[in-house]
Amino acid sequence: MKSFEYTITDPVGIHARPAGVLVKEIKKYTSTVTVIKGEKSVNALKLMALMGMGIKQGDTVKVTIEGADEDTAAAAIEEFFKANL
Amino acid sequence: MILIQGKGVSNGVAIGPLYYYQRAKATITRYQVEDPEAEWNRFKAAQGTAIEQLGELAEKARAEAGDEAALLFETHQMMAEDMEYEEAIQTAIQDEKLNAEAAVTDTAAQFAEMFATMDDPYFQARAADVKDVSARIIAALTGVAQGGINSPVPVILAADDLAPSETVQLDKSKILGFVTEGGSGSSHTAILARTMGIPAIIGVGDQLKPEYEGKEVIIDGGTGNVTIDADEDAKAHLLKKMEEQKKMREMLEQLKGLPNETLDGQKIKVYCNIGGPDDVPAVLSNDAGGVGLFRSEFLYLNCDDFPSEDVQFEAYKKVLSDMDGREVVIRTLDIGADKQIAYFNMPKEENPALGNRALRICLNRPVIFHTQLRALFRASAFGKLGIMFPMVTSVWEVKEAKKMCDRVKDELTKEGIPFSEDVEIGIMIETPAAVLMSDRLAKEVDFFSCGTNDLTQYTLACDRQNADLGRFYNPHHPAVLRALKMVCDNAHKNGVWVGICGELGADLALTETFLSIGIDELSVSPRSVLPLRQKIREVNVSEVKEKVLADLLSDENTI
Repeated sequence: MKSFEYTITDPVGIHARPAGVLVKEIKKYTSTVTVIKGEKSVNALKLMALMGMGIKQGDTVKVTIEGADEDTAAAAIEEFFKANL
Repeated sequence: MILIQGKGVSNGVAIGPLYYYQRAKATITRYQVEDPEAEWNRFKAAQGTAIEQLGELAEKARAEAGDEAALLFETHQMMAEDMEYEEAIQTAIQDEKLNAEAAVTDTAAQFAEMFATMDDPYFQARAADVKDVSARIIAALTGVAQGGINSPVPVILAADDLAPSETVQLDKSKILGFVTEGGSGSSHTAILARTMGIPAIIGVGDQLKPEYEGKEVIIDGGTGNVTIDADEDAKAHLLKKMEEQKKMREMLEQLKGLPNETLDGQKIKVYCNIGGPDDVPAVLSNDAGGVGLFRSEFLYLNCDDFPSEDVQFEAYKKVLSDMDGREVVIRTLDIGADKQIAYFNMPKEENPALGNRALRICLNRPVIFHTQLRALFRASAFGKLGIMFPMVTSVWEVKEAKKMCDRVKDELTKEGIPFSEDVEIGIMIETPAAVLMSDRLAKEVDFFSCGTNDLTQYTLACDRQNADLGRFYNPHHPAVLRALKMVCDNAHKNGVWVGICGELGADLALTETFLSIGIDELSVSPRSVLPLRQKIREVNVSEVKEKVLADLLSDENTI
């Protein structure tokens, strides 16, 4: 399993647009991606559940990536967070 | 005959059958299914239809209004195919044996509730999106055409109010006008109506009843009157008004392409005042010769922090390129007084109209000014630019501002960034000091533009926002008109051109005066361009000039 931590810089937090594009990005891989904030964690493929976490600017989230292609997926997804969130 | 009073938000008169906007039914039947698998397939088919429709709508919105407009539909599309949403519906169908309509309704309610209870307004607003998406899927399940105007003839469209997704998918060839129960002057319906140039009346409330559907209705966007089953007199009156408006439009239409020239051959430029790149199409469609005032404040007002040089550059460049070589005068930042912006952190003033505003802020805080000037000069490479400084009272202010311009040009030259060498520099004449110093100021600039709203306020020492001062605030006051003449005379002695960019420019009662004192340019709102051209073409300056100038000296002329 791979993981990284990221602090959200987007003023609106994890909102519909980047969350939707993130889902598309994750679908390119077979690994399961989980977004964890405090006690709560969701499968990042679930757009509305992800939005429902209400992740705001300044919140730090942990992202885990687990699966056969976790190495390439982890790098790409961390890159995505930096560029879009 | 039934008469309903609403609020007109888009002008014009239209007649046609009243037609209620068709929406999927709000209530659905709920029942248990025998075969959950078949029901699930029904859902999947409806979901597919909805996703396909949303994709088409996104493309349509993109073509009509750009990427931002398409975003709404793309977001809806993502929600419609969301795994979490789909799983909840699947559970309802397979475990509870609910029919698909009920399963979608329940799931929508559950997700809408989740968003509605979040503490952030952005996420709260997403509750409406979930409902909108679910309504679309239910419409596909029940076979109700969404957004359809299922009428062979064009109609007056009635609705409670239209959502943005609904206004985009309307068949615009079928709409003669709008009547809505709710809404505001800035609602999507009002904006759409004004863009289409058809009448709209909002806020009629429950006076409009579904049983009126199909009846002949006449709406007058000028008065806000909705007349149902008009009697003969009322109908004749409204039809006459419609005919007159049509003739007026046709007549103005014929003025396009003609010069702004008086009967005795005096020419004057008619330009437009705009607030941003979105206004340029209206400038061009009304055949204006240029932009006489581009208020750059919108860039600062629409954000939470200072707009970057690049953001400003793109906006200026867009206007200059779209105006295709016609002159564009951009006024540098004009805030303070009645226009305050939080992130400027301006201390509260006792007397803001006489305070730290406009060019004074720019000279006091050169970093802000420097960014704007860099963006302006970079944009100058893409058209014919004039830069105008507001709220000038002294020659030294203009010299200092010009020094900043020279510094920016030096920087750009060193950095190898292209800019035009022919940028005109001008100032607003809106203070009595600028009027009295106009002979000296004229030696520093290429043009003057008179801001008559502030010029009247400062000349008459009269607050234009104080309702009790109505009869004291008189822009036709001879002091104001004499000031304009003095400015014109001093400008022309020094080869400087003079414009008017206040509301007074479009005042047809003063067109003869402006022509007589030799104003070179009038900058008005786009819709005033053609009426003004018509007026100009009727004036014979040589016949009226003597009387106009004599009136300026008469102490009896106070109106």
